[in-house]
Amino acid sequence: MPVFWIVCAVLAIGVIGYGLCRSKAMKSAGGNARNLHSLPSYYGANAFLFSVVAPLALLFAWLIFVPILIDRSIGATIPEDRIAEGSSLGLMMADVSRVSNGLNLAVSEGAMTEEESRSIRTEFTDVRERLASVGVALGSNVDATILQAAQKHRAASDRSRLFMSIAVIALSLAGLALAMSRTKADFRARNTVEAAVKVMLIAAASVAILTTLGIVLSLLFNTIEFFRIWPATDFFFNTTWSPSFGDTGSELGLAPLLWGTFYISIVALAVAVPVGLFAAIYLAEYASPKVRAFAKPLLEILAGIPTIVYGLFALLTVGPLLVSFFGDGGTFGVEWMRGGTAVMTAGLVMGVMLIPFVSSLSDDIINAVPQAMRDGSLGIGATKSETIRQVVLPAALPGIVGAILLAASRAIGETMIVVMGAGAAAKLSLNPFEAMTTVTAKIVSQLTGDSDFASPQALVAFALGMSLFVITLALNVLALYIVRRYREQYD
Amino acid sequence: MDDLRSVERIVSDDEKTKISAKNVQVYYGDTHAIRDVDVEIADKTVTAFIGPSGCGKSTFLRCLNRMNDTIDICRVEGDIRIDGEDIYDKRVDPVQLRAKVGMVFQKPNPFPKSIYDNVAYGPRIHGLAHSKAELDEIVEKSLRRGAIWNEVKDRLDAPGTGLSGGQQQRLCIARAVATEPEVLLMDEPCSALDPIATAQVEELIDELRQSYSVVIVTHSMQQAARVSQRTAFFHLGNLVEFGETGQIFTNPTDERTESYISGRIG
Ligand SMILES: Nc1ncnc2c1ncn2[C@@H]1O[C@H](COP(=O)(O)OP(=O)(O)O)[C@@H](O)[C@H]1O
Ligand SMILES: [Mg+2]
Repeated sequence: MPVFWIVCAVLAIGVIGYGLCRSKAMKSAGGNARNLHSLPSYYGANAFLFSVVAPLALLFAWLIFVPILIDRSIGATIPEDRIAEGSSLGLMMADVSRVSNGLNLAVSEGAMTEEESRSIRTEFTDVRERLASVGVALGSNVDATILQAAQKHRAASDRSRLFMSIAVIALSLAGLALAMSRTKADFRARNTVEAAVKVMLIAAASVAILTTLGIVLSLLFNTIEFFRIWPATDFFFNTTWSPSFGDTGSELGLAPLLWGTFYISIVALAVAVPVGLFAAIYLAEYASPKVRAFAKPLLEILAGIPTIVYGLFALLTVGPLLVSFFGDGGTFGVEWMRGGTAVMTAGLVMGVMLIPFVSSLSDDIINAVPQAMRDGSLGIGATKSETIRQVVLPAALPGIVGAILLAASRAIGETMIVVMGAGAAAKLSLNPFEAMTTVTAKIVSQLTGDSDFASPQALVAFALGMSLFVITLALNVLALYIVRRYREQYD
Repeated sequence: MDDLRSVERIVSDDEKTKISAKNVQVYYGDTHAIRDVDVEIADKTVTAFIGPSGCGKSTFLRCLNRMNDTIDICRVEGDIRIDGEDIYDKRVDPVQLRAKVGMVFQKPNPFPKSIYDNVAYGPRIHGLAHSKAELDEIVEKSLRRGAIWNEVKDRLDAPGTGLSGGQQQRLCIARAVATEPEVLLMDEPCSALDPIATAQVEELIDELRQSYSVVIVTHSMQQAARVSQRTAFFHLGNLVEFGETGQIFTNPTDERTESYISGRIG
């Protein structure tokens, strides 16, 4: 029975259970819902949970783990000496499961009878050709060992499928029966449902955390892999970045990329922090409600623009504009800038991107400063701007610093604007009008090349990613610490 | 004990008027919050505003230092003079006025700064001190006036927000006093305090009367009776009765005052 139908059957049992238990509860209370411990629908929901949750969990676990077990037991039956030269058990098992799936497909498409699929032998049939006719492409000819293993594999899978269907549906029915037997007027169905809701919420929270953990672990393992084949001292202390995809001559120094990242981020923050903060102060303290209702969403729209659009803006507008000022024959008569792509270009545009980020967070934080604080200052005879500078901002400062650090970690992680605005040259230079590049941009270029995934030139991307992760994590932790540390000051 | 106090409470007839308000109207948008209020507040006395909540005591108090200007929808009409000068005149800078008319709020609102900086805030803004020594002196004098010097003299650098509620309120009074105001407005200064802290603040108010004209809003009639020489009773935005505290409490002329005092309204 296909998985889809098993799920449907389980859900159907759940729905039937809902109805049954609900009416049984009502009956046991003599038709008066007041005699029940919980509302009738809770008894129904309880039955639904009993007959759905555990069976679906079983189904899920079965689908994940049993194929692994089958693979392992079939693999064990292949004799060592049958493994072809230059191949491995893993590769053979991949072939086995491909042939096994191919046979399935052939049967379901009618190209082969069930009987035939079980009995064909390589001696009499060209299996590769037969399978190719239903669209299953095999790399090499199917030899007898593989075909036999595949047939065994198929039989075992079929059997497992059957057992799985029976087990899941039986479990579901058992759950229903249990729920039925427990449904009585004084059964605390509401509490059971409440507990189930809590478990569901915990599960949702765990998904996010576990995914993060998974991402970190995969980064970590690949990073370790990289440092196994590349000296860490070279990665951290070499000041040149010039990967060549040949075997020799690669230099993979982190420093120029990190410097580019920081330089561009600093330019971006130098734009975003003052502008964003002043905008927030205006919105929170001076703007009339009408202006605020209109200007705040407008500013936040900036945050919704995809970064690629900012990248285009950098490439097509800001870059050429800067060149016309600072480039050869430009307005200022200096020749600082040779091309449109530069730290300045990317930094300015990224700063614009971060303005709503800073302003929106700061605005919320400034608004959270109690009005009593402002009244106290105004009541002493301070002007509005004195009040803001000396009372409101100091009170809001921890939150604002947090907002700035969060903006900084966004700046550090930004890629698109850098690729389009800052160029691709890894350089250690102080000139902000020169092209530079960042860690993120290089991660992209290292992984999108044609290189072998196991080469240091590709693996270095994970080390770069890990470095970036550690830096932004540290920034975020610092931001949280600052916000927490000073928060209770005016609570 | 109350009787002893009322003996102390002698209001001389030749006292001079500090604030005079005539025909004051206040509107919040379309709501008419204060109607036709006439009040004369004497110098160096404590005047209490009492009345059920929502009757406009705070609103009227905030007219006296133009704090209502900070509320967009609020509009004040009428004639309010301090020392004969119209405070709603175009030439009067409300910021300057508020330095002269200090205010203490219902909830203690120390700034998230050190105790010293809290008190020094006003003097610094108005440039009252020319040297650090002079500022130190002002801070100490104000904290003494606020009857809190002994409790905080060893920890002037500690944050003002770390004090207890009663201490915070006395710190706020010290902060208001530090700018050398002539009038001190207090909007229910004890409503967030426990009885002991309340007694301390009340004692302080009685001392402050030596130097300032104090206007205090309170919802506690006992408090009004204890600390004030004059009492104004507000009801639904009207000033119902205004007179000597003893007379208001023992022999009110208006029946609404009598009902309120005997606990039948509010
Ligand atoms: N900021 C405001 N905006 C609109 N209406 C207000 C505002 N402040 C007070 N009011 C209204 O003005 C009236 C008087 O309020 P208030 O002066 O605070 O009363 P009290 O201090 O005597 O309790 C109340 O009806 C109140 O709803
Ligand atoms: Mg009030």
